[in-house]
Amino acid sequence: MLKQIEGSHGVAEAVALCRPEVICAYPISPQTHIVEALGEMVKSGELAPCEFINVESEFSAMSVAIGASAAGARAYTATASQGLLYMVEAMFNAAGLGLPIVMTVANRAIGAPINIWNDHSDSMSQRDCGWIQLFAENNQEALDLHIQAFRLGEELSLPVMVCMDGFILTHAYERLDLPTREQVAAYLPPYEPRQVLDPREPVSIGAMVGPEAFAEVRYLAHAKQMQALELIPQHAREFQRIFGRDSGGLVRGYRTEDAATIVVALGSVLGTIKDTVDEMREQGHRIGVLGVTSFRPFPLAEVRRILAPAQRVVVLEKALAVGIGGILSANVRMALSGVQLHGYTVIAGLGGRPITRKSLHKLFREAERDELEPLTFLDLDWNLVNRVLEREKQRRRSGPIAETILRDVGVVGARVG
Amino acid sequence: MFQIRLHGRGGQGVVTGAEMLSIAAFLQGRHAQAFPSFGSERTGAPVVAYCRIDDKEIRLREPIMEPDALIIQDPTLLHQVDLFSGLKPRDGYILINTTRSFDELGIADFVSGFRPARLCTVPATELAVKHVGRPLPNAALLGGFAAVTGLLELKSVAAAIRDKFSGRVAEANVAAATAAYETVRQEMKEAASHA
Repeated sequence: MLKQIEGSHGVAEAVALCRPEVICAYPISPQTHIVEALGEMVKSGELAPCEFINVESEFSAMSVAIGASAAGARAYTATASQGLLYMVEAMFNAAGLGLPIVMTVANRAIGAPINIWNDHSDSMSQRDCGWIQLFAENNQEALDLHIQAFRLGEELSLPVMVCMDGFILTHAYERLDLPTREQVAAYLPPYEPRQVLDPREPVSIGAMVGPEAFAEVRYLAHAKQMQALELIPQHAREFQRIFGRDSGGLVRGYRTEDAATIVVALGSVLGTIKDTVDEMREQGHRIGVLGVTSFRPFPLAEVRRILAPAQRVVVLEKALAVGIGGILSANVRMALSGVQLHGYTVIAGLGGRPITRKSLHKLFREAERDELEPLTFLDLDWNLVNRVLEREKQRRRSGPIAETILRDVGVVGARVG
Repeated sequence: MFQIRLHGRGGQGVVTGAEMLSIAAFLQGRHAQAFPSFGSERTGAPVVAYCRIDDKEIRLREPIMEPDALIIQDPTLLHQVDLFSGLKPRDGYILINTTRSFDELGIADFVSGFRPARLCTVPATELAVKHVGRPLPNAALLGGFAAVTGLLELKSVAAAIRDKFSGRVAEANVAAATAAYETVRQEMKEAASHA
């Protein structure tokens, strides 16, 4: 059924249709609307049987999810930013134990400086912890990916993170096609755990493993993610058969055939990039886009197949690996090992900085002329940066950077964009 | 694509206003996207929300920098925030919640190049106090917006209000929107007969 609703609300509806038995969460913007809506559904009895557990921190949220999942319950939670960081130790445990928890990350920047707005720093910090990471381009896909996440996670016995851009998607109202209970039931079988804490058949979960077998256990975690590379496209095809929508999959190319320049990105910025690419195509530019839906596992072969014929690749990412530059870029370059082409990394949209068509037009044209630096910060205010650097040169006690730069910026409340 | 930017202050229902606009457009079979500017969500702080309406899927995620229409929920922002930034010259719509005229607001010069039929004032706060009992002008302004642009029907706006609110609050806001719609229609008729 088509509805005009908030992204968070749509995700809550999708999660509820997947019949989770335990939901535990600690509120943090911009994720809060999702678990609030689920909490209301549990309270009203609309979502039953399901236990909503209020916890005192994100560390407990993930720990409760681990316990619930090990006891055989379908478990869900959601978080963002510092909240995700606070659950890190438990994140590795959930993945290492192979417990199919599904979690929404409403992507948000990480402090300091504290910032509530969107970028991908939070989920990127967890790229190597063993969770599957799927990125949604729009709210319909965010909703659909949650349904696919339960299916995928439970089939492999691995936790799955669905990443959706905080505010940009979570707080946006757009048209959503909400699936029926019957469709979801046909797609997602009841949770049949590979391992379960059952007093009738006692086992222990979480043994200490020494050098004799640790590498083998870790290798199996990797092997499972490699199996996900096979399953994700299969699940997307099956999803299309039941729901009639092309959603999910490993990667998504757009106007990449014959493209000399291909832009690679994750998440909601793909929409703005596609609009820009359409405008440039009308003017005769040979440019296309590659959206990566599955960031973990990273689909090296698909990325290579689509990018290899191009002359240059621009990786635009909403996260910064301080000291080297791009994160997605490093993965893309690994996919392109041995392929000769120009590669550019663009860091954009940090801490909620809008990524505009105007800036993208300029950027992509510079890339086409091969005038870009290997690492570019989109729309960086060099004047502000240089003033700080100058001050640091002049004075030992130059003061805290964030506060100083805010004084230079002046009042931001009067801005429109 | 038609792009609307709403300006107001925290607590005036600016974001809800944009969301209701998107629902009204959706109910008329159109694609719509509403989103807030995020951030200073403090009571009284300047707040911006956006709504795009189109006949095809809306993929664009940038803030609206060149709006076709402005809805200004709080005229005290006029000289504090760059409200008119990027507004389509001549063809843009400006809807202001005020009992005063553009002249009295001190923006007559600025709007002199715009088409008079697209400039509109609505006493939305007064209508809200009368019908809803609280100074929340957002629903009334949507009634005024439907009248001045013709982009949405009053019945879609009413249905959108009933989608976001229920019971007596919904009906009171529908009454405020209807009153604003009729006020603006009347102003437009009078302006047309003078022209």
